[in-house]
Amino acid sequence: MLIAVLLLFALALAAPLIDRAAGRWTGAVLALGPLAAFLIIARWLPDVAAGETITQVHAWADALDIRLSFYLDGLSLMFALLISGIGTLIVFYAGTYLEGDPRRGRFYAWLLIFMASMLGLVLADNIISMFIFWELTSVSSYFLIGYDHHRESARKSALQAMLVTGGGGLALLAGLIMLGVAAGSMEVSQIINEGEVLREHAWYLPIVILVFAGCFTKSAQFPFHFWLPNAMEAPTPVSAYLHSSTMVKAGVYLLARLNPALGATDVWLYTLVIFGGVTMLVGAYLAIRQVYLKKILAYSTVSALGVLVFLTGLSNVDSPEAAQYAGKAFAVFLLAHALYKATLFLVAGTITHETGEKDVTKLGGLRRKMPLTALAAALAGASMAGLPPFFGFLGKELLLDTTVKNPDWMLPLTIAAGVAGFLFVIVALLIAVKPFWGALKETAQHPHEAPFAMWFGPALLGSLSLLFGLFLNPLARPIIEPTASAVMGVPQEVKLALWHGINLPLMISVAAVVLGILAFLGLPIISRILKPFDALNRIGPERGYYALFNGTLKLASFQTRLLQSGYLRVYLFITITMSVGLIGWQILQLDVLPIVDQFREIEVVPFVIENLYTLIVAALILIGTFGAVHSRSRLSAIASLGVVGYGVALIYIIHGAPDLAITQFLIETLTVILFVLVFYHLPQFPRISSVPARVRDLVVSVAAGVMMTVLVLIATNLETEKISDYFAENSYELGQGRNIVNVILVDFRSMDTLGEIVVLVIAAVGVLALLKLKPPREQERKNNPHEADGREEAS
Amino acid sequence: MELILAIVIGALYAAGLYLMMRRNLVKLIIGLVLLSQAANLLIFTAAGLRSPNAPLIPPGEKYPVGDFADPLPQALILTAIVIGFGVIAFTLVLFHRAYQSTGTDDLDQMKATDT
Repeated sequence: MLIAVLLLFALALAAPLIDRAAGRWTGAVLALGPLAAFLIIARWLPDVAAGETITQVHAWADALDIRLSFYLDGLSLMFALLISGIGTLIVFYAGTYLEGDPRRGRFYAWLLIFMASMLGLVLADNIISMFIFWELTSVSSYFLIGYDHHRESARKSALQAMLVTGGGGLALLAGLIMLGVAAGSMEVSQIINEGEVLREHAWYLPIVILVFAGCFTKSAQFPFHFWLPNAMEAPTPVSAYLHSSTMVKAGVYLLARLNPALGATDVWLYTLVIFGGVTMLVGAYLAIRQVYLKKILAYSTVSALGVLVFLTGLSNVDSPEAAQYAGKAFAVFLLAHALYKATLFLVAGTITHETGEKDVTKLGGLRRKMPLTALAAALAGASMAGLPPFFGFLGKELLLDTTVKNPDWMLPLTIAAGVAGFLFVIVALLIAVKPFWGALKETAQHPHEAPFAMWFGPALLGSLSLLFGLFLNPLARPIIEPTASAVMGVPQEVKLALWHGINLPLMISVAAVVLGILAFLGLPIISRILKPFDALNRIGPERGYYALFNGTLKLASFQTRLLQSGYLRVYLFITITMSVGLIGWQILQLDVLPIVDQFREIEVVPFVIENLYTLIVAALILIGTFGAVHSRSRLSAIASLGVVGYGVALIYIIHGAPDLAITQFLIETLTVILFVLVFYHLPQFPRISSVPARVRDLVVSVAAGVMMTVLVLIATNLETEKISDYFAENSYELGQGRNIVNVILVDFRSMDTLGEIVVLVIAAVGVLALLKLKPPREQERKNNPHEADGREEAS
Repeated sequence: MELILAIVIGALYAAGLYLMMRRNLVKLIIGLVLLSQAANLLIFTAAGLRSPNAPLIPPGEKYPVGDFADPLPQALILTAIVIGFGVIAFTLVLFHRAYQSTGTDDLDQMKATDT
């Protein structure tokens, strides 16, 4: 599995080069990558269909419980096959769709990085590596959505998608870590067996809320659904890919993945059913209120994601029969939706590519011009509308079966599912019938049948919608059964049949189709009636997003104005006051009495005699310091500085550090010389600060000084184990030197010394560069432009 | 003994920070020098003043004899002194160039110029 993921990452790096080399064959060449990944994964299909799971572990940071481990069961297999399979067709399609675009190579790089991350996400066993892949999908989708970065709306939408899913991602990270700690394992394959421990755990509720935050934002559940339709700014192949089988399905994947571990509680059940149900209805309603092809599809995707979340929730109901139906319906709907949604998006892309028109009300009669595309659209549309014998029919029947079989809330849930089905019929007709039937309408470009690469994918996926429906048990069951088992957490036996007899779900389906067709025919009238309600959109959740967004910007500029004055002394003032305040407060919490008592015992005369040298030198340093601060002449300030430096060197001598003293003497001499050279020409110090400012600074710096004194006294009274004894004991035997300080510098800590030398070299280069640079002549040029011009000509 | 050095360190810190908060760039640099002296002494003193004997191994011995000063802070300070000099040298030259370009050593006036 690692090979499949790495292959795509490697291909992403090579994509720009391949694009340059392969020209118009780029799409076909690059499509081989996802195809290979598809075949690698598909190899395990027989094993997984037989109920096995496969785990592969690659070491990474074992000490932190982070591994690059992969886990393949029904659910991840289903997703992996959709990602790589549909990915192959998308890559192939995009080659022609973006023909002639100079940025196509870069586009492919991001698309393949996205694909690899998505594949890693669904295959990962370790939750931390899964999270890394999760974030990578957010980042790479940012670049894909913002592909047309010269348009402001594309940039804005890309940022919005990134902020919403990234914000949720942060919550998810916290949730996943807590989950891992609570379950005692970072591996998904272990966590899903810890359901009982997790449900009893004190952290259960926070974990669930954080996981919901991550999944609902990623999978565009109400009220976070607004970013998904905006993400339609992306090129159509990206929309088709992100919204049929990948990006937005990641949240659904994770919910289904953790369903056995976190499910079977009221919080889980009700939250998913309510949020999923509301999203299902809001999305479908908003879909029929759109006129742009891609927007219609976007909102219907929101709705379909709602259905999947809804079904994940329902797989936890008390009635075992209804729960089983929900698991089965989840698997079937997931596959059916991916197939028809990818087809319809690609068809929409083809239509716009050929006609230059996005508005569905201005399209018509294209079936004669583009028969193959029309056929693909019809197949996918029939599946979406839920007509037998298409695969989508089964998905809708199972959804209705679930709500009907569930004794609690049967009526509201069935009505919701029925209404969603009815709205889906309208959406399907809008996309698959409206542009192709009726009289041919004039468009900006004269449409032709799309090139092979652009009808092949849709036609293949559309045909699959039919084939899966016709050959349910041989084709669909091997993947549906293990997927349902993974969602339910216990092995399921799945029998698939289109015909369930004449029952309530079938009648609801028929009613939905009939009413859907009628509503489609009357859509212009319905739209006029519904128009006043569009004002409600303006108070939608997107307002909240913008309020938060602008609020953050305002807060940032407010605190920048407050803190970033641009004056060094203000920064220093703030830093020093904060440090003194915080550290001083900490010191006050300590018990410093023993230290004070220690000094009370000091008798003055013996103390002075004992420390005579130190006292004299200390007095010298203090005088020098006072001189450096107080002197108004530069030279005397520099001289005072020298006194301080030599004083410090004397202290080193007194306390057993001759090496330090020598270095200090040398360096101090050099420093003083340098100071004199640089400052010699300068005038006297003018007093420019006001008296109150100076008093204020004095108070603050004296407070800092006192704090440092106290800190030193505390530090010298600490009883700690010293590591320097190790150096002393091993200096001769290991380092072959008798001067322990030198051995430390050149042997034990030689890398530090190397770093020091590098710093010195950089400083020297900097000094040289500054001295060699000629002073800029802008000032003169501004004062006397003619002369400057003349000089330039002369040179 | 630590008490004396603690007071010296406090005074150096106070003086260094006070000078760094001045508007005059020269004073800022002098403050910087005082601050690095203070930091070196801080490391030296905080590690404990164990003995006036240098950490040397006498000829013919494999281990230091008797008590001796802590070698580790000395190694650290030795590095710090040299790096401190590098920083000061660079700062001085930078100041020199800035003064040439702007003709002022007042930080507030430098803020206003774009040269």
